[in-house]
Amino acid sequence: MKTNIKFIQGNEVFAKAALYAGVQFYAGYPITPSTEIAEILSEVLPKRGGKFIQMEDEIASICAIIGASLTGLKAMTATSGPGFSLMQEAIGYAVMTEVPLVVVNVQRGGPSTGMPTSVAQGDVMQARWGTQGDHSIITLTASNLREAFNMTVEAFNLAETFRTPVILLFDEVLAHMREKIIIPGPGEIEVVKRLRTSVPKGTNYHPYLTREDGRLPMSDFGGVHRYNVTGLVHDMWGFPSTDPKVAYDLLHHLVDKLENHAELLARYKKYYTEDAEILLVSYGSSTRSALHMIEARRKRGLKIGLLELQTLWPFPRQTVRRECDGRSHVLVVEMNMGQICQEVKKAVSEPDKVFLANRIDGIFISPVDILRALNMIQGKGV
Amino acid sequence: MAVKDYLRQRFFPQIWCAGCGHGIVMGGMIRAIEQLGLDKNEVVLVSGIGCSSRVAGYLDFHTMHTLHGRALAFASGVKLGRPHLKVIAPMGDGDALAIGGNHLIHAARRNIDVTAIIMNNSIYGMTGGQTSPLTPFTKRGTTAVFGTIDHCFDIAQLAKGAGASFVARTTTYHAKEMIKMIHDAINHKGFSLVEVMSQCPTYYGRKNDLGAAVDMMKGFRDGTVRKGSKKLEEHPEFVERGVLVNEARPEYVSSYMDLIEKLRGERENLEQGAASR
Ligand code: SF4
Repeated sequence: MKTNIKFIQGNEVFAKAALYAGVQFYAGYPITPSTEIAEILSEVLPKRGGKFIQMEDEIASICAIIGASLTGLKAMTATSGPGFSLMQEAIGYAVMTEVPLVVVNVQRGGPSTGMPTSVAQGDVMQARWGTQGDHSIITLTASNLREAFNMTVEAFNLAETFRTPVILLFDEVLAHMREKIIIPGPGEIEVVKRLRTSVPKGTNYHPYLTREDGRLPMSDFGGVHRYNVTGLVHDMWGFPSTDPKVAYDLLHHLVDKLENHAELLARYKKYYTEDAEILLVSYGSSTRSALHMIEARRKRGLKIGLLELQTLWPFPRQTVRRECDGRSHVLVVEMNMGQICQEVKKAVSEPDKVFLANRIDGIFISPVDILRALNMIQGKGV
Repeated sequence: MAVKDYLRQRFFPQIWCAGCGHGIVMGGMIRAIEQLGLDKNEVVLVSGIGCSSRVAGYLDFHTMHTLHGRALAFASGVKLGRPHLKVIAPMGDGDALAIGGNHLIHAARRNIDVTAIIMNNSIYGMTGGQTSPLTPFTKRGTTAVFGTIDHCFDIAQLAKGAGASFVARTTTYHAKEMIKMIHDAINHKGFSLVEVMSQCPTYYGRKNDLGAAVDMMKGFRDGTVRKGSKKLEEHPEFVERGVLVNEARPEYVSSYMDLIEKLRGERENLEQGAASR
């Protein structure tokens, strides 16, 4: 096969991967540093018979993709912090109504307008808890563009498989850097198709009746089955209900369908962990500096390794515990004030051994920053 | 088909108060759809939140009960996703003009082929009678017990200014006229809006001493006049009813399908929406 080697920007990779995964509908609103995704898809989608619409704001954007997804199209939007904040209510609606979709959040410095062109990873908890009420959600990330491609395809696959919104939590560095990547050929990565109901026309279709395998086959809006979709607590028909049992079962279904599969959903990478006494835990672009620092230290005989998380939510507790327990120190490397560090502490047997190496000033965390933190926790001074 | 064939019986009894105007509007929608001879599978109702939004669930079409104010944003996704569908958004005045005002003007500007049916009762009913952007100056609500000092929108003028290509106004008293307007709005290619002045006797009526539902409807009869009528010339203070805008302008989804056709050299199957499926 002809190799398709490209030297391209992160946002272009996300767009290409979405197309690979079969995206057919994009609605969005311009925002730095994610805008290139919209620009690219506005040009490519109509050429492929897909749809692009620039909406009046981020709220409208996510509402439009929910509507489009219900008609049977694979749909996505992309944004950054402020826009992601605006989308939260509708993300909750997609969770409640179990509509598959993908939201790319290219993180930038926050809160508020923050630092639009600077790197940060401060939206980790917002991805998890941004919308109100008990719920669960899938959030994926990556540290290089090849993996970002894979994770983007994965995001669409998981959205369809679990009928849920999936958040791709990238960051400014990843979105704007250029790297050489080989675009996979058709069929090289699995693409999950929407599961549609086999219930024939004229027979009752229950939009919210879970199959034995836990999946909920869909019926396209405008197709042969008419049903109701609501953000209210609803029964298997999609009709509002105030029955406590219906409410209890629905909430459990929404949370359990993902949390019970946390390990199945866990995507991660291990580097030099076998004999590592010290373990770094990182994700997204900060992984790059962590890895750089480890490789330099390894040359000096330091037994140090790295666990890179690609699934952030549901948090891969068991994996983290398994990998972290028994190390002399665990150092979480991230560009926020410890959002994943706190999760790691909750997951491990000895939380006192978990430390944070971070930067929150819009400057990309460097190997030297991480080394300084390591020296400090080892009592070697700064 | 009989009216009851369009209702989802298991959803009843409905939640509206006795005398509420929303049932009349729902009846008007059903009759308009019946007259158009639309297949139930062709029709999608997308509503927001509020008393009026419950229309969606009661009717046997593809129905979405979405978020407060956002019906038209969801509806735009549905329409662009599957262009052959008739997409109708039943909304309330607070829903459409306060929290949803931005989506309303932009749907009008795009001239996307969606029909907005705004049940204007000048109040927030579901939350218990607070003033809305359609509560007239000095009228009362639970958040303006001394009379509101806010000024209200003129929905029709707003929609017209924003670019809606079909705008009509009527009331629940004028049921026949309403059916015709909804019929024509759904048939219209482009963004269409029908404002139906509707009574909320429970809150707006009570707070403003307007009497029972019947009295409020008499108020619609006596306080409105047909467009172009002599009476309007004599009483410009009366509210004008009728089709206020009806013009042909390029429609958003058609323009998009034209673009696809130009780029791909073939006409898309509208039923499918996207060739790549
Ligand atoms: S509160 Fe008002 S608008 Fe709501 S159902 Fe009752 S009468 Fe109708």
